[in-house]
Amino acid sequence: MALDPLIMPGSATREAEVIPAEAEFNAGYTPAIGPWKLALRRLRRNKVALTFLVLFVLIVVVCLLAPVYASDVAHIGPNVGNITGTVNVGGKVKDIVTPQGLPIGPTWTNQYFFGADQEGRDVAVRLLYGGRTSLEIGAGATLIIIVLGTLSGLLAGYFRGWVDAILRPLMELIWSFPPVILGVAVGTALALGGIGPIKGNSLIIPILIIGVIYVPYLGKPIRGEVLRLREQDFVDAARAQGMGPWRIMVSEILPNAASTIIVFVPMMLAYAILLEAYLSFLGAGVQPPNASWGSLISDGIQLIDTTPHLSLIPGAMLVLTVLSINIVGDGVRDALDPRAQVRIKT
Amino acid sequence: MARFIVRRTLSAIALIIAVSIVVFGIFEIIPSYNPARAIAGRAASQTTVNEVARKFGFNRSLPVQYATTMKLIFTGQVIDYQYDLNVVDQFRQRFGATLSLVIPAGILWLLASIVLGSISALRVGRVIDRALMIFAIVGVSIPIFLLAAVLLYLLAFKTNVFPNTGYVGISDPIQWAYHLVLPWFCIAVLSVGFYSRVLRSNLLDMVNQDFVRTARAKGLPPRQVFTRHVLRNSLMPIITMFGLDFATLLGGAALVTEAVFNIPGVGQYEAQAIGNLDVPPILVGAMFTGFFVVLFGAFADIMYALLDPRIRLTG
Repeated sequence: MALDPLIMPGSATREAEVIPAEAEFNAGYTPAIGPWKLALRRLRRNKVALTFLVLFVLIVVVCLLAPVYASDVAHIGPNVGNITGTVNVGGKVKDIVTPQGLPIGPTWTNQYFFGADQEGRDVAVRLLYGGRTSLEIGAGATLIIIVLGTLSGLLAGYFRGWVDAILRPLMELIWSFPPVILGVAVGTALALGGIGPIKGNSLIIPILIIGVIYVPYLGKPIRGEVLRLREQDFVDAARAQGMGPWRIMVSEILPNAASTIIVFVPMMLAYAILLEAYLSFLGAGVQPPNASWGSLISDGIQLIDTTPHLSLIPGAMLVLTVLSINIVGDGVRDALDPRAQVRIKT
Repeated sequence: MARFIVRRTLSAIALIIAVSIVVFGIFEIIPSYNPARAIAGRAASQTTVNEVARKFGFNRSLPVQYATTMKLIFTGQVIDYQYDLNVVDQFRQRFGATLSLVIPAGILWLLASIVLGSISALRVGRVIDRALMIFAIVGVSIPIFLLAAVLLYLLAFKTNVFPNTGYVGISDPIQWAYHLVLPWFCIAVLSVGFYSRVLRSNLLDMVNQDFVRTARAKGLPPRQVFTRHVLRNSLMPIITMFGLDFATLLGGAALVTEAVFNIPGVGQYEAQAIGNLDVPPILVGAMFTGFFVVLFGAFADIMYALLDPRIRLTG
């Protein structure tokens, strides 16, 4: 079997191709370590990226614990207002909202830790719930981007021909709209009427919109990568062994494109969370009663001269989250060191 | 060359038709939703809805609906339902303010990137180079509207260094610039970090090219080698990126910046329409922005092909 002339050339070239590249790649290390393990090692040595990874995980955990915070610490729900109430701050009783309509600033105590908004709602509770919404939308949209982007890139790049002739113009079409404009157009259209059984204020709508908008941003580079990979000798070898197109795509091409996809995951998560913030800021993202960091900033911005905490605190959380994702993403890219140039535009 | 131009123009036209169909589709053929009610707005009366349905031909077949909608847009007969204003007229009147915002902001953005990118490439590994890297990653993590809000709070409300929002026409250039400095800065600053990083890596790649060694060998002073040979050849990718980003700037950054700084441009009109879920301005705005991006892309491709013959073969 090993001497079969039909198999030998292919596998021989594959070996010959991989070994020099890997030797260079592994320079200075013991040769037995695989590229994935090496990447992980490099990432572990990147202290800055690790710090921000911990920060990001912390933010996610705290936001997921929003209901616990609301019920056990603040004792108030995210949409419960208390305009006429008072709060005890260090022994002094203060109005939550003054008779002039000015909400209280940060109290740094269990109740109204970050102050109240003009309807007497607890900003800290709303911040955590809003963060949960932002992160859920970001994660859901990223999942859609990765699945659809990888699939469309694989199909268009591998089959070329008519499959490519359908998928490529579709991607080009989405690509020709600025993401905010397309998101706003679809967002307002769906917020009015919902789609099928999904209501207009469901979180699924922004997830779908953001997911679909960014599909070409992954699909196009994956397509290019697959176009390059499919001409490689190891794919010829697999074909010569009688593998069908689907098996070649899954077991030969996909693993080789994996590092590109992984590099895109944090990048897409950051872009999805930012786009959600833009859309919600403009009123085309999450719809009331849901709130996200973007809509909290938007609600607070009219009152920025009197009560800056309303917009600046969710703003700071948003920036901290996106920044940590970007720094971790940078670390991952450096660790995997893919040759492909990775860049997307806003 | 002529063949390339014809081919690129035809594909741009096809893309423009596709863009218009997509925008039409977004608002009018989404299942389980009444397009007439959507266009008439959330609080419209039944008579308004019937009026809209008749005007846009929603009781007719889809191709007729599409043709009617396009005709209404291009003959400027679309009316918004919040203020009862003609949408296309509004766009025309407000376009000047938007250009006052984005053109100087774009120039500032490009110039600052070139200067900072060059300094960073000439001082690899030094403080400014590292600072720029942090600046770049922070820049892509901050939404423009948030930066705008923070600057407005610190520099206009707290310290009164700059006017708190508003817009003055260009006929009074000093007040015009004074009112627009903060918005320009907001749009430019977030992209400068990223752009200078890209320019920096292009410059560093270019320094090792043969023609640069030749230029140095023939005795050109280092400054001339840098500006005439290295920098000039490194600018192309930056300008390409800028072309694409500038087109999207009109549809994204301008929208939120105008809304926060209260600049009476197209973006502010759009932002108000979105807040009220007033569909006609959003529909027309999305369509025009899509057209603009496609035309801008085609124009840029043709310009590159004129400048660089290699592109004609691959494009």
